[in-house]
Amino acid sequence: METRKNRMSTSQIKLLEELSNAVGVSGDEGRIRQIVRREIEPYVDEIKVDAMGNLLAVKHAARPDAPRILLAAHMDEVGFMLVQEDGDGLFAFEPVGGIDPRQLLAKPVLVGKDSIPGVIGGKPIHLSNPDERKNAPSLESMRIDIGPAGKASPGDYATFATRFQRRGDSLFGKALDDRMGVASLIELARDNPGTLEILFAFTVQEEVGLRGARVAAFDFEPEMAFVIDSTPAFDLPLPEDVENTQYNCKLGGGPAIYLSDAGTLSDPRLIQFLVRLAEENRIPYQFRQPGGGGTDAGAIHITRRGIPSVSISIPGRYAHTPILHAKLSDWQKTLTLLRLVIRHADRSILEYHR
Amino acid sequence: MKELLQKLTQVPSPSGYESAIREVILSEIKPHVSEIRVDTMGNLIVRKGARTEGGLRIMIAAHMDEIGVIVSHIEKNGLARFSNIGSVFPRYLAGSRVRFLNGVIGVVDSDKPHDLSKLQPISQFFIDTGATSEKESPVKPGDLGVFDREFVDFGQRVVSKAMDDRASCALVIEAIKRLSSTPHELNFVFSVQEEVQSRGATTAAYGLDLDLGIAVDVTPVGNIGGMKMQVNLGDGPAIKIRDVGFIADPRVVDWMIATAKKARIPHQLEVLTIGTTDARVMQISRAGMMSGVLSIPCRYVHSPSEMIDMNDYEHSIDLLVALLSNPFPLEK
Repeated sequence: METRKNRMSTSQIKLLEELSNAVGVSGDEGRIRQIVRREIEPYVDEIKVDAMGNLLAVKHAARPDAPRILLAAHMDEVGFMLVQEDGDGLFAFEPVGGIDPRQLLAKPVLVGKDSIPGVIGGKPIHLSNPDERKNAPSLESMRIDIGPAGKASPGDYATFATRFQRRGDSLFGKALDDRMGVASLIELARDNPGTLEILFAFTVQEEVGLRGARVAAFDFEPEMAFVIDSTPAFDLPLPEDVENTQYNCKLGGGPAIYLSDAGTLSDPRLIQFLVRLAEENRIPYQFRQPGGGGTDAGAIHITRRGIPSVSISIPGRYAHTPILHAKLSDWQKTLTLLRLVIRHADRSILEYHR
Repeated sequence: MKELLQKLTQVPSPSGYESAIREVILSEIKPHVSEIRVDTMGNLIVRKGARTEGGLRIMIAAHMDEIGVIVSHIEKNGLARFSNIGSVFPRYLAGSRVRFLNGVIGVVDSDKPHDLSKLQPISQFFIDTGATSEKESPVKPGDLGVFDREFVDFGQRVVSKAMDDRASCALVIEAIKRLSSTPHELNFVFSVQEEVQSRGATTAAYGLDLDLGIAVDVTPVGNIGGMKMQVNLGDGPAIKIRDVGFIADPRVVDWMIATAKKARIPHQLEVLTIGTTDARVMQISRAGMMSGVLSIPCRYVHSPSEMIDMNDYEHSIDLLVALLSNPFPLEK
């Protein structure tokens, strides 16, 4: 399947750039939703925004009684919310989603609906002593600084100001977790195998507890679900005699298939289906190391009477920091695998009991 | 009676991978129930009885899964790194043995501790399967295993891996066999994935949509090792009042106590300060379900050697049979 046809086109990368640069922190996904709607509306049979803000779309099968399969990717990204104005353009803030305070100092941010530039200020080296520099700074000591001319108020969102860049096979940007998943679903919405009833959930509030996916799955009640997300690769070099045993996944290793995380034990029938597809079509893949963390599958698979679910992630270094580094080739391989999923998924996968 | 306990506890079936234990349980209960099905998550759901005047539609849950391990990485030297399935306590790991679902046995040890006064995290433990290299490893990332420990019969007390919760599976099976008549529609759920936040009971309770729920599970005991708890091994089945995720419905508690007293079954009340059971999710399923828990006192819960007392076990069967044979006293 590694054909020219599967290469990512310039327009696909442009769309990913637009999605990565757009601001959509959990609870405020409207701008992402607008892009997705614009891109998929001509290709899907039904489209709606639900009570939580999920964008739900359906592409009908060519035949009645086709299996109903859910594809989910979350639109939201981690970021901040202003909580208190301290005057002079300074704001105390809280993280929205999981963010490590150590990674915040001296980072440019965009604040509010008008994306006012600002910075999370840090104490300059001139004024800090060596002891201070050994300790992690507290969130309480930090402020978002937009200057006295900037207009913002408590309740406004903020996010990292990073602009998308591509260098060869490398993609750098904020919010690639999970805009690569969103971009993948857009591609799949344009694809048309016609064999399945395909349910697309572009979900909200994944980063704050899988809240959007919960109601999307309840509404759709699919027969099986595939969640497309981004998972950290922690594969930097270690000293020569040390073997890296806790890398989570590796950049360049292809789609990372989930086995077990804090929220889901992936349905083994779907794991086997993905592995078989990947191996038969010579698509490199990897297992994300079992461990903590989680995806929308954690909410989806226990919805109603239970929904067989599995997650597939595109690896990315430095997740939930101002810049995530992913590989175009990993994205392409993931998309190739997903195109096979929507061609070959059928009820026979579930004909024996889990 | 001990034969069934031995048979069930020794089957390796960690959370998410319960098909082996499900087959064994199914073969035990098949002749005694009216309807059998396996749901999407793998829960085994069987029905006995039909609702008559004064009867309810009841869910009785005992979980089939046990805690275990899943391989996350094979080192160049053949050692397997792993992650936990459910609450695996690092203090029980070093020196224990693991049996993988493909039959491979491994021994567990840890990296050299930097600080002997601190417990090491699971990431610092490994499983040695005797493999001499990554290539020779008989297990690969994603393979699952459980703690390997044989069943020992001390007479009044017995010990094995996976008493949590195969002891309850066994007692529910015995109760199903003994029940001669019931005013209730009884839906027995041998649930999956209890050890990972009761995910199986979540979907089973939703699917069944019943009036009353009883979870049957083991509970830790006090009076050894400084654990603050009133429940004693050998003092009879424990009727749960409260645990970390659940406050038992007082109507169910009163019914259990009254039934035990009437049948002269020794019993004790349980307030648990660590852990919870399937009843947590049953109680808040859909529009809610009156719920309670029947607990078997158990020492060394989540260790490879979990101990129960046969008197507790037999009295638990008696209590469950008594509860399910009689009407529930609903408020008028």
